[in-house]
Amino acid sequence: MLAYTVKRLVLAVPVLLGLTVIVFLIMAMIPGDPATAILGSYATPENVERLNRQLGLDRSLVEQYFVWLGNLLQGDFGRSYNLNRPVIDEVLERFSATLILAGASLLLCSIFGLIAGVVSAVRQYGWTDKIVTFFVLVGISVPSFWLGLLLVLAFAVTWRLFPASGMFAIYGGGDLPDLLHHLVLPAITLAVVATGVIARLTRAAMLEVLRQDYIRTARAKGVSERRVIYRHAFKAALVNVIPVIGVQAGFVLGGAVYIETVFQWPGIGRMLVTAISTRDLLLVQGGVLVVAASYVLFNLLTDLLQHLVDPRLRS
Amino acid sequence: MKKILYAAALAAGLGATGVLAAGAVQAQTPPGVLVVGQIAEPKSLDPHAVTAVNDFRILMNVYDGLVRYKDGTLEVEPSLAESWTISDDGTTYTFDLRDGVTFHDGSALTAEAVKFNFDRMLDENHPFHDTGPFPLSFFFSAIDSVTAEDADTVTFKLKEPYAPFLSNLAYPTGLIVSPAAVKEHGKDFGRHPSGTGAFRFAEWESNAKVVVVRNEDYWEGAPSLEAIVFRPITDANTRVAEMLSGGIDMMVEVPPDSVATFGNDASYQVYEQAGPHVWFLIFNVKEGPLADKKVRQAVNYAINKKALVENVLQGTAEVAAGPTPPAFSWAYNDELDPYPYDPDKARDLIKAAGHEGAELTFYVTEGGSGMLDPVPMGAAIQADLAKVGLKVDIETYEWNTFLGKVNPGLEGKADMAEMAWMTNDPDTLPYLALRSEAWPDKGGFNSGYYSNPEVDKLLEAARSSTDQAERAKLYKEMQAIVHEDAPWAFIANWKQNAVTSAAVSNFSLQPSFFLILKDVTKG
Repeated sequence: MLAYTVKRLVLAVPVLLGLTVIVFLIMAMIPGDPATAILGSYATPENVERLNRQLGLDRSLVEQYFVWLGNLLQGDFGRSYNLNRPVIDEVLERFSATLILAGASLLLCSIFGLIAGVVSAVRQYGWTDKIVTFFVLVGISVPSFWLGLLLVLAFAVTWRLFPASGMFAIYGGGDLPDLLHHLVLPAITLAVVATGVIARLTRAAMLEVLRQDYIRTARAKGVSERRVIYRHAFKAALVNVIPVIGVQAGFVLGGAVYIETVFQWPGIGRMLVTAISTRDLLLVQGGVLVVAASYVLFNLLTDLLQHLVDPRLRS
Repeated sequence: MKKILYAAALAAGLGATGVLAAGAVQAQTPPGVLVVGQIAEPKSLDPHAVTAVNDFRILMNVYDGLVRYKDGTLEVEPSLAESWTISDDGTTYTFDLRDGVTFHDGSALTAEAVKFNFDRMLDENHPFHDTGPFPLSFFFSAIDSVTAEDADTVTFKLKEPYAPFLSNLAYPTGLIVSPAAVKEHGKDFGRHPSGTGAFRFAEWESNAKVVVVRNEDYWEGAPSLEAIVFRPITDANTRVAEMLSGGIDMMVEVPPDSVATFGNDASYQVYEQAGPHVWFLIFNVKEGPLADKKVRQAVNYAINKKALVENVLQGTAEVAAGPTPPAFSWAYNDELDPYPYDPDKARDLIKAAGHEGAELTFYVTEGGSGMLDPVPMGAAIQADLAKVGLKVDIETYEWNTFLGKVNPGLEGKADMAEMAWMTNDPDTLPYLALRSEAWPDKGGFNSGYYSNPEVDKLLEAARSSTDQAERAKLYKEMQAIVHEDAPWAFIANWKQNAVTSAAVSNFSLQPSFFLILKDVTKG
């Protein structure tokens, strides 16, 4: 298991390096440069050239890349020219905000998705199943940014139960209850689609397992129905659902971009959008690197978790 | 056992919901503290390092310049400088500084401090030049040298007469920063700003808020507000939701759809102010149908500007008459009327020019600084021109790409392009975008290659005169010629807007588009 983990981590290095090259090339290829973005209407060739020189962008691409890589290996992610601060400070701050949001959503969608899926499967074609399936379909189909706006309209504007945006109160606050209070609406919005997907797949996986012979055997032995469902069936179905949750984690991270915009959540998705439109190369590089690394780690975690749950994979 | 667990989980869940909703009585903004919804996170609070109006909105309350715009106008009046004299040849400006002014960090405002500010921006060998870059330092490229004559007197020597110098000093790039703070914080000065303004910097929490507090020692008297909190809220809908839910007291750049909502509600106050902005189409006058003045005038007649302003922009702009916005009231030629909407006349002109059914390539952008609603505007213009028999092909580009295509000139690529400018002096836009010497290959923004020796002469003369009445006469003459030559289609002047809660008073928007909050009260 340890050897497997180490091997996977070593393999991730070339992936991440390759990624930085691709991001670097794309950023160089898309038209427009940071100096033009900063100067806007005042971007005369003369002003652009002067500013590029001051930003160190007059060097060749290859040179720029290796300077960046060299600094990176010494732990220096560079300085964002747009935000005027070290990239690493900004990226870590923003990434932890995204992790809080994505983590909360993942928790919500796993719990509710699994419960809905199991209930639905157990009561197949019953009224409960129909109602759950209806809500699951609606959940999957609703555009999440629109749902976010509706929730804000209802819970922030009309009833004033939750704040419309932000992560902490502007005055006072800053503690855990304050954070949770701000987290409720965006976390629910972000969780809805993934909850639907997980519920559907859990239902399918459960139905398949429930038809297996060993379940019939268990029932014939007189094992209680609750034990059959939770001990025998659910554990087996979980093996198929875990990789789905892993994939959903990726979607939740990606979906965070919209939700962060709607709820003004200071996460990394919104940071990347701004950084790309202002051509803030070093910030984009730093942000993509951290997101990609976390994705690689998360995939690894999912695989390890599957090994733990499924004895067949352990041999 | 299981049942107990379920019950416990359920209770915990309900309890948590209860607690969360109990914090529920949503905190209104505290009294004496103004919470402003901004459109983006500021880039830096170093006024010499930034270019965006969004940053200027904070900076104008933390710093002062030597001069400033008089309330409600674009004319300069004394600020940190009590008075000044200009030499007869227009190249030497001597400022007499106000006595007893100190920066927020306690250091004194001296002539040496003023000199430090401009040397840092302009002199590449200055020890603190590396605290930049300073993208707009060319606003002061006319400066030859700055001399501290004594503690309270500072002299600027210009390379040549340059009339916009004073209004450039009133621009945020001319705000005066504390040399002591720059020396202490170096490259991080932008996060530890210190000026002489009505509010002192207190706190910057990234992506959440910038807080400034009342400067008790302000030379013009302490402001009434205890503090201002600037919150970056990039999404316009979210900004509206925050305003409606009481999370902010003031928001800027209200989407047109929401202006009416706020206007009909007595709990809010809507403000509007036309600014030094002009939205226009650049014509390629070098080649193609638009090389003919008749066709250019025809396009001006064919576009229903009133419909654009009222329907597409929903009243957030006014119809433009010429290249200079009316906000520059002293230099604006109010005898010029906008080209009226007259499709018949447009058809006649196109026929006379022999360009019936001509095809035009039209560059449209997806969005950008001051571009308003460029895509629907482009489509409406295309439809108007189709009515007079011109076939317009639209090519749409993202803003940076768009600038990369338009700024080097339209030759061989397009017949017309959307553009918008916001400036601080009537000199800037025509000087950079209408002179023969401002063609793209000469480093200017005259992307449509307009050239009229008379206009060139007027603009040069207006730039070197220091007499405002004389300058006004020259600019008015220039506007009349450009109006007739029609190198652009003059479309709209944007009105900036803002909404405050009814608790906010003594606020007004400025034609400069800056946000001045020192006189605002709340309560």
